[in-house]
Amino acid sequence: MELKTVGTAGTLESSDVLVTLEPGPSGIELSLESSVINQYGRQIRATVLETLKRLGVTNAKVSVNDHGALDCTIKARVECACYRGCQCDADGKYPWGGVIK
Amino acid sequence: MIPRPKPEKFRLRRTMMFMNAQRPGLIKDAYIYGADSIMLDLEDAVAENQKDSARFSLYHALKEIDYGETEVIVRINGLDTPHWQEDIRVVVAGGADGIRIAKTEKAEDVKIVEEATLAAEREFGVEEGRTLLMAAIESPKGVLNAYEICTASDRLFGVAISGGDYRKCMQVKPIRGGIEMLGARAHLLVAARAAGVQCFDTVFTSLDDDEGFRAEVRQNIEMGFDGKSLINPRQIQVVHQMMAPTEKEVAQAEDIVRAFRENADKGVGVFSLNGKMIDVAFVPGAERVIKLAKAGGVSAGGRLTRYEGDL
Repeated sequence: MELKTVGTAGTLESSDVLVTLEPGPSGIELSLESSVINQYGRQIRATVLETLKRLGVTNAKVSVNDHGALDCTIKARVECACYRGCQCDADGKYPWGGVIK
Repeated sequence: MIPRPKPEKFRLRRTMMFMNAQRPGLIKDAYIYGADSIMLDLEDAVAENQKDSARFSLYHALKEIDYGETEVIVRINGLDTPHWQEDIRVVVAGGADGIRIAKTEKAEDVKIVEEATLAAEREFGVEEGRTLLMAAIESPKGVLNAYEICTASDRLFGVAISGGDYRKCMQVKPIRGGIEMLGARAHLLVAARAAGVQCFDTVFTSLDDDEGFRAEVRQNIEMGFDGKSLINPRQIQVVHQMMAPTEKEVAQAEDIVRAFRENADKGVGVFSLNGKMIDVAFVPGAERVIKLAKAGGVSAGGRLTRYEGDL
């Protein structure tokens, strides 16, 4: 998927994560802030990168502001930000269980 | 992925609690409150520009959070919105137990959702017929068509009256004692019982009015509702406590079931027990008391203890 514009999803509430994706020149540039960065920083980073890879996003500036989100929430917010940034509504049929999993 | 047990059409649903599917802080541990069912909401609780986000959040929650024995229902957007079809796809793909149809007005509404649900089950390889349905009745037209709605689908386990919109249509406000809702509640109950499905009462929104809430729950029980929609976890234990039979009621129910079985074996259909006439008509009620006691506990001195009898 190719980002056309800035895509944002999530909030700064506890247990949530705010994800912003911007079209970038080349590669993934990830900046991460988290209330639990010392404990889970590596895992959050891995989940974000894995989700982007599954979605086929290769060029993006990614900003992640985490407030203790579970893995399932991180995935959900990255995917939503991506679909918004790609201005893609999947023709109203999202690939649940496909690239979204 | 967490495998969920196959949904049961008829199970205990004393408490059905709404949760905004868009808010991770709420849905991540929704099972700890002990409601019989939770209703993850894609409809009114989710702002129009967050409908997409709520579905992503819902999908992964359904796939990754273990809700245990708590039933997981999802309230989808109304059939007059552009959202309901995708809502059904994500609910079925995620493997929720059932769908709550908002603003149901006629049998056709249930049939449309049933058809889309079947199509989604086929698309995502989910067992056909697994996903249950319930209908929320929110308008005078829905109330009048209640029986045809209740009998519209084999998947439909029950109907719920939804007070907010109904009162708006009727130009009334919530009133102590519920006179403004009496006709709708009674009609819906009769229709549900005639169709053999369950019936649930609306939410009580004045969170600080404990006495008012208890009065409404008491009236729900006296009218014969199976359960109630809730919006706050604090309300759950109150309902369970109030619906639990007392030790005396359980003992009476046991006596009735035992005596009926003994008499039936002897070929006697009607008999007297402790000075009261008993026949087959008393048995389902007594069995329901025992079922409630088994599932929810017996109310003894203000505490819930589990029924350990042999019936």
